[in-house]
Amino acid sequence: MRASVERLAGLLRKEALQIVRDPSALAIAFLLPAILLVIFGYGVTLDPHHVPLALVIEQPDAVTQSFVSELGGTPYFTTETFNTIQAADRAFDAREVSGIIWLRADFARQLSSRGDAPIGVIVNGVDANTARLIEGYLQQTWATWLSARSRVLGTRAGLPIEVQPRIRFNPAVSSRDYLVPGLIAIVMTLTGALLTALVIAREWERGTLEALMVTRASIREILLAKLLPYFVLGMGGMLATLVLAVTLFGVPFRGSLLVLTAAAALFLLAALGMGLLISSVARNQFVAGQIAVIVTFLPAFILSGFVFDIRSMPWAIRLITHIVAARYFVAILQSEFLAGDVWSVIVPNALALLIMASIFLGAARLGARKRLD
Amino acid sequence: MPAEGESPAALRLEKVSHEFVSAGRTAAALKEVTADAARGTVTGVIGPDGAGKTTLMRLAAGLLKVQSGRIEVLGIDVARNPDEARARIGYMPQRFGLYEDLTVRENLDLYARVQNVPAAERQARGGELLHMTGLGPFLGRLAGRLSGGMKQKLGLACTLVRIPELLLLDEPTVGVDPVSRRELWAIIEHLVRTEQMTVVLSTSYLDEAERCQRVLLLHEGHLVAAADPVSFAARSSGRSFHVSAAAISKRQLQEQLACTPGVLDATIQGAFVRIVIEPGAQPLPEALPPRGTPLRIVAVPPRFEDSFVAEIKSTPASSPPPAQAVARDKIPAIGGVRDTRPPERQGESASEGPVIFADRLTRRFGDFIAVDAISFEVHRGEIFGLLGANGAGKSTTFRMLCGLLPVSDGTLRVAGYDLRHAAASARGRIGYMAQRFSLYGDLSVAENLHFFASAYRLRDAHRRARIAWALEEFVLGAHADAVSRDLPLGYKQRLALACALMHEPEILFLDEPTSGVDPLARREFWRRINALAESGVTVLVTTHFMEEAEYCDRLAVLAQGRVLAAGDPESLKERARTAQHPQPTMEDAFIALLEAAAEPKAA
Repeated sequence: MRASVERLAGLLRKEALQIVRDPSALAIAFLLPAILLVIFGYGVTLDPHHVPLALVIEQPDAVTQSFVSELGGTPYFTTETFNTIQAADRAFDAREVSGIIWLRADFARQLSSRGDAPIGVIVNGVDANTARLIEGYLQQTWATWLSARSRVLGTRAGLPIEVQPRIRFNPAVSSRDYLVPGLIAIVMTLTGALLTALVIAREWERGTLEALMVTRASIREILLAKLLPYFVLGMGGMLATLVLAVTLFGVPFRGSLLVLTAAAALFLLAALGMGLLISSVARNQFVAGQIAVIVTFLPAFILSGFVFDIRSMPWAIRLITHIVAARYFVAILQSEFLAGDVWSVIVPNALALLIMASIFLGAARLGARKRLD
Repeated sequence: MPAEGESPAALRLEKVSHEFVSAGRTAAALKEVTADAARGTVTGVIGPDGAGKTTLMRLAAGLLKVQSGRIEVLGIDVARNPDEARARIGYMPQRFGLYEDLTVRENLDLYARVQNVPAAERQARGGELLHMTGLGPFLGRLAGRLSGGMKQKLGLACTLVRIPELLLLDEPTVGVDPVSRRELWAIIEHLVRTEQMTVVLSTSYLDEAERCQRVLLLHEGHLVAAADPVSFAARSSGRSFHVSAAAISKRQLQEQLACTPGVLDATIQGAFVRIVIEPGAQPLPEALPPRGTPLRIVAVPPRFEDSFVAEIKSTPASSPPPAQAVARDKIPAIGGVRDTRPPERQGESASEGPVIFADRLTRRFGDFIAVDAISFEVHRGEIFGLLGANGAGKSTTFRMLCGLLPVSDGTLRVAGYDLRHAAASARGRIGYMAQRFSLYGDLSVAENLHFFASAYRLRDAHRRARIAWALEEFVLGAHADAVSRDLPLGYKQRLALACALMHEPEILFLDEPTSGVDPLARREFWRRINALAESGVTVLVTTHFMEEAEYCDRLAVLAQGRVLAAGDPESLKERARTAQHPQPTMEDAFIALLEAAAEPKAA
């Protein structure tokens, strides 16, 4: 049967009216992303901030004083000074402090004789992530202090290698700057896969799809009428998140809008394809929602590199991440926001997205029939 | 008007069989059905739940793959050219296929567009449909806010935006009040007359069969009969009688008649027991029990249902499931419910006064008055019915009676407890069977019984005894380990009743108890309920099925939260008796009451 603009227009109009009138669709498309944005923009941060540390100075003098002032200069720590390690230990056990920095009595002497002095660092390993971060920051602070001191005193002797940490792409080392861009992938997964699967499952539940199937509307028109509105909604979500990220949270955007839009469109098509596929299997909203969350939303959260670095995952998990469409998009997003149009990142990832979109949409089209069985 | 040498039948099925596979179990929905529907007629696909009606309709609409056999719609092979066939049919699925968050106008507009109705015609066509269905004043209302009857009419209008050559309606009258049902039939008959449309509709209401030109009777996937309803009903002509006896109660009479050889069917109909006897049997008083009691036997015109039950019961090919046959002998033993009651509880409720007493009972939800000062009382051992369409206030009344919803105003006493203060104590005396049999589908029969026994705090030996009693009395022993989800509907119903009776309640609440259950299972169910009532259990039933109303001793007809009329079925029917309607049915009576109530408003 020939395609008809009239039929498609009728279906599109219906879909638009339903989106506008359905509070749950609006909530998933706009409220949930806004909440996520606020949580990730303001709440969740992977940077240590005012971490309480115990500082044990067995013999205070000018040298230790200089180190303490270096520590105090960072927003990462707040320090409390103790005279003995035993007192600091008690505070540590009482969970009053998250770590101990221990400057022994011979700190100044060792420093002047060797140009280098060991400091003791004890961190609470219960929260491994924070512990590692504290460790890293302390090492960095210590190295900075040492090299600054060497420069001042002109004694380069004790330090064969000068530590010069330099962090590229995210000079402020702010985790917000890479979390918020990744959020775009989550927002688009919500509208593309979860919302689409839910609204089609609802049509199954209410018997409306059954009625539509016996009309002259072709299955292509029915699918297209689902794809187009949620495509627009997903791209709108992407743009809104982008604008908020740059204006409200001051996240830098170094790439081009065109590349980002193209990559987002590819990813959204893949997500919509997954949503359509899910709805052809799950014909009630509860099951559709469960499947969509488990196979699209959670992987986009956990396995995409959005929060957790893929390279530090075990190889088996790393292998799985390759079938998570969000991983390719997150790579592009982080490049676009933090580095710019890095073609060596964008091209292979965009290709992967193109392949995934074709597979999912193709499977959804093949699986869709104007039949109930 | 058969065109271009096509077959004269609008729908033709040839040896169509269909099976569903779920969880490794294969279930046959249709078995070698060969039938047709002539052009320009109304054909009814009739049969109980699970008979295969919906499967047949969906196959005809091309919504299911034809597994075996051949289906032709307007001469088109549906398996080969589904799109071509679909373009010429209209199909309304069970829940009308409406978008509830779209308005009446938007729904009509959507279907007009997807059915290629040219923009120029849309306006005129829409106006016509709105006039026909009376939906004109509700154009801007969301479909979800319409009443069941209006939804059904809108669903029908949506399938008629382009006049189809064949209209398929799947259970268009389920959950719809009798007035709307009549209106729908008027629309359908008008269309068949004026547009030469062919209509095939499925229904589980046997009384609707009588309005069809031809009926296809399905039972467990078999085509039991294909005939015009008059001649089908006539199959039991001369075999239908009303029996009454002054000396014994109608329930005892029915019980004894049902067990008599030669009697195919015995049901309570108002003050009488209606029987259908085997061909050749004689309805002589001396041949019927109870012997020695003077019986009054009057021949009555046959009903469609008489033939239906007679047909199924006397067809050896589709004999009733063995369990039902066994159950028949078991039923009188249910009278023992009372005997198993602890002695101190026996006769406790035998004290004078009604078991259920409602006086000016009112329930408000904000400004909305769902139940408006209704009063009734139910006595011990009585079967009392609350009859009304959807939204009449039945469910609200029911929830208050069960102590699930606080009373806004008025008095309500159940088993002597004032529900305003002692809802929990009253609940212990109540057995409740919910509309959709609130069983745990994933649990086995025995597990469900065990759970409900525990929920009613039956312990150890007592609990074991009650479970054993339930398995035996309801003939569920062979299915004790079967997962209840997979049970046939009739078994589910039995299990639900068993669960509601675990704690030997003195009051039994039944919410639309036999909706969708086949006529045989419904008969069996009511025999159990009758036996319970005979043993002194008070039964309260809500229903919008007129057939169920016939089983009640007394009824209250509800509409818009008020009692329109109360009395026994005979006296209610008596009110609707006119010169044109010498033998009004319960439905006639119901509609007459509703119309009478609406009149003062219209004036």
